[in-house]
Formats: sequence, structure tokens, C-alpha cells
Amino acid sequence: MPVLSVEKDLDRHVMTVTAEFAAPVERVWALYADPRRLERHWGPPGWPATFVRHELVPGARSHYYMSGPAGEREHGMWIVREVDEPRSFVVDDAFADEQGEPKVETGFTTMRADLTPVDPRTTRVVFTSTFESAEQLQQMLDMGMEQGLTLAMGQIDDLLAEEGAAV
Amino acid sequence: MVVDSGPAQEEIDRIFQALADGTRRDILTRVIEREQSVSALAGAYRMSLPAVQKHVSVLERAGLVGKTRHGREQRVHAEPDRIRTARELLDRYEVLWRHRVAAMDALLAEERPDRSKE
Repeated sequence: MPVLSVEKDLDRHVMTVTAEFAAPVERVWALYADPRRLERHWGPPGWPATFVRHELVPGARSHYYMSGPAGEREHGMWIVREVDEPRSFVVDDAFADEQGEPKVETGFTTMRADLTPVDPRTTRVVFTSTFESAEQLQQMLDMGMEQGLTLAMGQIDDLLAEEGAAV
Repeated sequence: MVVDSGPAQEEIDRIFQALADGTRRDILTRVIEREQSVSALAGAYRMSLPAVQKHVSVLERAGLVGKTRHGREQRVHAEPDRIRTARELLDRYEVLWRHRVAAMDALLAEERPDRSKE
């Protein structure tokens, strides 16, 4: 499994996920810099994301929506804070209206990614997510998570089976 | 859209706020080990009994601990269900991230140019 560790700091509202990918650092970077790639992994299970606007440059604002199983849409947006290609980036993520304007009442989640090449074909990434309130986390998790959880588990199992078959 | 399961959002905020303080986390750890009186708890800290009582009240309002009367003393005990709730929220967030990482990994595998040679 690519996930090496998950650390949760309950009181500081921080979660750190460390993962290792079998790809050079530039390819992992492209998963976030290229909107077509980004939308294939950003949405929660069962809620694929579509990026209407995205550019990984400081100050840029991304706009995306996630499509739910019943055809509903939930909008989100990013404010790109820091970019040091291909080493790190920091974005603030928030729920948004249909124009991509952030809904300030639910607050922002700050996501930081640090990419380190382990060797020319392996990249380690540390994702640090800091959220402002438990309410925000709850809202995020409520979104389709009932069906999504089961789906995610299924996908992880499928992936494990694939990996097992490939070895 | 929002699935109404588990505690209300204000309740969850109270849980997280209660856990945001080091002394309160410590108190919680002590009462998870065993039920004890507020004065016994106060003996473990360099602070006044009312100060410890205040921390216990915050934990109590969050539903993380409860109090029961034993004769003249009130004992504080942990409420395991509520403690589990706080943990579960982050556990579900972990699932979201595991999903993302798995999706990224699958995408990279799909794009790997020399996949057939491996």
C-alpha cells in the first residue's frame, strides 16, 4: 500500500498522511498541477470532482464541483498559497457557491504537500491537512460518506488485489 | 443532503474544544484508567481544586466524562462512547485520504510508460 503512515492530532485539528508513490517527483507533481489528473483523485469516494478552473500558481483560485450519486453538485474552491515546484505547495480549500466564491461560514482547510524523491523512480509525499473547526470536518464527512465509505473500502480492496496479482 | 447521523455539530465542537487543552486530556486519560474523585484528581496538578473542577465541567459538558455520587464524594468517570465519536470523525477523514492516495497511485500506475516491461 502506498500509505506509509497516518498521524492524527485531535486537539490541533491536524492530520498528516505520508505516502510513497512508484513514480518520479515530476509525475506526482502533475497529479496536482494538471486539473484533468487532479479531478481523478480529489473527490471523496462516490463524489468525483470536476475542476472548472485550476492553476497551481501562487494567488490563483481554483473552482471545482463534486457530483453526488443522485446528480447533486457540491462546489468547492482552492486559494493557492505557496508553490515551490516540484517540492511543495500549500492550498486553502473551502466549500463554495456555484461561482466558486468560498463559503466563509464553514471555513478553510489548509492542505500542504511536501514531495521528496526517495530515488529517481520513487516519491514520498507528506500531506498535512489542518481544518479550522469540527463543524467543517463533519460537513465534509457527511457528504456522501455513508455510501462512500463502503465504496472506498471496496476500491482499496480492489487495488490491493491488483497489486497482489501484479507481484 | 447532509446525513443526520451521530451528534450535532455544536456537540462535536464541544468535544474538540474540550480536548484542545493539555490538562483536560490528562484528566481524561486518568479517569479512563479508573474512576476517581475531583479532589483525588486535583492532587495530581499544581492548581486549585476549583480550577480542576472547571476543567472537569468542560469535559462533562462535552459528554466525555460523567459524575456519580458516592456518599460525600463525587467521582468522575469516562464516557467511552463519546470518546469514540471524536476518534471516529478523524478515522473517517483518514478513509477520505486513503481513498485519495489509492486513486493517485492507480492513476500513476495507469500512466506508467514502462508498465508492460515490469
